[in-house]
Amino acid sequence: MLVINCPYCGPRPEIEFQYGGQAHVARPENPAATTDAQWAEYLYMRDNPKGAHFERWRHIHGCARFFNAVRDTVSDFFLTTYEIGAPRPDLDRLKEGANR
Amino acid sequence: MQKYSAFSLFLEGLRGQQGWRPQWRAPEPKPAYDAIIIGGGGHGLATAYYLASEHGLTNIAVLERGWLGGGNTGRNTTIVRSNYLFEESAELYDHAVKLWEGLSQELNYNVMYSPRGVLMLAHNVHDIQSFKRHIHANRLAGVDNEWLDAEACKEFCPPLNIAPGMRYPVLGGALQRRGGTTRHDAVAWGFARAADARGVDIIQNCEVKAIRRDANGAVEAVETTRGVIRTKKIGVSAAGHTSVVMAMAGVRVPLESYPLQALVSEPVKPAFPCVVMSNTIHAYISQSDKGELVIGAGTDAYVSYSQRGGLHIANHTLDAICELFPMFRRMRMLRNWGGIVDVTPDRSPIIGKTPVPGLYVNCGWGTGGFKATPGAGNLLAHTIARDEPHPINAPFALDRFRDGLLIDEAAAAAVAH
Repeated sequence: MLVINCPYCGPRPEIEFQYGGQAHVARPENPAATTDAQWAEYLYMRDNPKGAHFERWRHIHGCARFFNAVRDTVSDFFLTTYEIGAPRPDLDRLKEGANR
Repeated sequence: MQKYSAFSLFLEGLRGQQGWRPQWRAPEPKPAYDAIIIGGGGHGLATAYYLASEHGLTNIAVLERGWLGGGNTGRNTTIVRSNYLFEESAELYDHAVKLWEGLSQELNYNVMYSPRGVLMLAHNVHDIQSFKRHIHANRLAGVDNEWLDAEACKEFCPPLNIAPGMRYPVLGGALQRRGGTTRHDAVAWGFARAADARGVDIIQNCEVKAIRRDANGAVEAVETTRGVIRTKKIGVSAAGHTSVVMAMAGVRVPLESYPLQALVSEPVKPAFPCVVMSNTIHAYISQSDKGELVIGAGTDAYVSYSQRGGLHIANHTLDAICELFPMFRRMRMLRNWGGIVDVTPDRSPIIGKTPVPGLYVNCGWGTGGFKATPGAGNLLAHTIARDEPHPINAPFALDRFRDGLLIDEAAAAAVAH
């Protein structure tokens, strides 16, 4: 079981959390102006990387708040977690930190 | 190909078993092929077999990163069924069941297809309504599926607990009698042997690193750990790694890769006569011919390529198994593992052409790809050979997400299946 560091409550076991899919997916400002392909991209296309993945989690059995995380999808190691609205962290710096 | 029969077994018995030969060659990759299949699991090997046997395309290769059938082909719970809700799906999966029925004879290899019946349990009113809707839809589509009440379920599967006081009581079930299991390794090996006999090169330990495209954007070669191989047609059959392979050709696919876990018990005498599935509480169980209980769990919640998963997922499944089948409470589990399944937004697969000329894909089978192995290979082979989809897989095109033509089995079943 993973231990996930909620930015508000600290480290807690995985079963307290709900996964929320890829982070930083912005809804188009004006959906009526998008093409079918752009709308499908927004609805259905996700990065699904083998490596660092930016994703949302929700501490549903704790503070119930959403937050973002960067996790390596090969090792399931969390590189960092951060509050919703905070800028996307720099990946290279995170990996350096993880290796140190 | 050395033909297997009762007579060859007898003859080899007289010769001290010295005459058996390897079932397929281990060739060096040629500089060029007419077509290349990426992924040497059941689906990829079946594709190669049908390309060679039905379409006369024999100058082809299957490239496998590890060993044959070492991915999801070797990690699933071997369940075969076709009682899906929508006509497109029922036709797709039933195409596979029809191929399973004659596969051992066709391949001269015992894939141990055992139509022992797949019973899907209903635990609440929603399940009952949903399953009966499936049964009616299946009847219209010509696929067998029937409703059993709780007592009839117990009669069909005596180890089942139907006591009314359970947390998730058994209220009935949908039974597909043609459903059952097959032997997963034999499927990969049987297709590999039959494809090899028709001239297909099966190349293991050969990872594709890049896909080269010409000035018009069409595929022209793959770069692998064993050199560059030229080809005009590539079929991708890479399951959980499809996103990674398709990215090499610059194609984004609507897939997310999740770990799906399974586990087996110690082997015991034959005790469990059929396959029982409970989608509501995520438990899938059958007994292998070796005697092990083969148990499937649900997917983990998050995308991952780790081929593991959280123990709490397996634990949750075992809770359900122990309540449904009290006689298994003292069984010991021997092994558990995870496979990486590629899940589409509508939980239906993608088989067809891609925006890149010469690149074809078979993916998105999610948690239910094994049952479709011969059918998926057969249809991808047709698509590659003719450069157009077969009528059965035409609705399962990549374009359907853009065009809003989803085949929404996710909503139909309300859970992963």
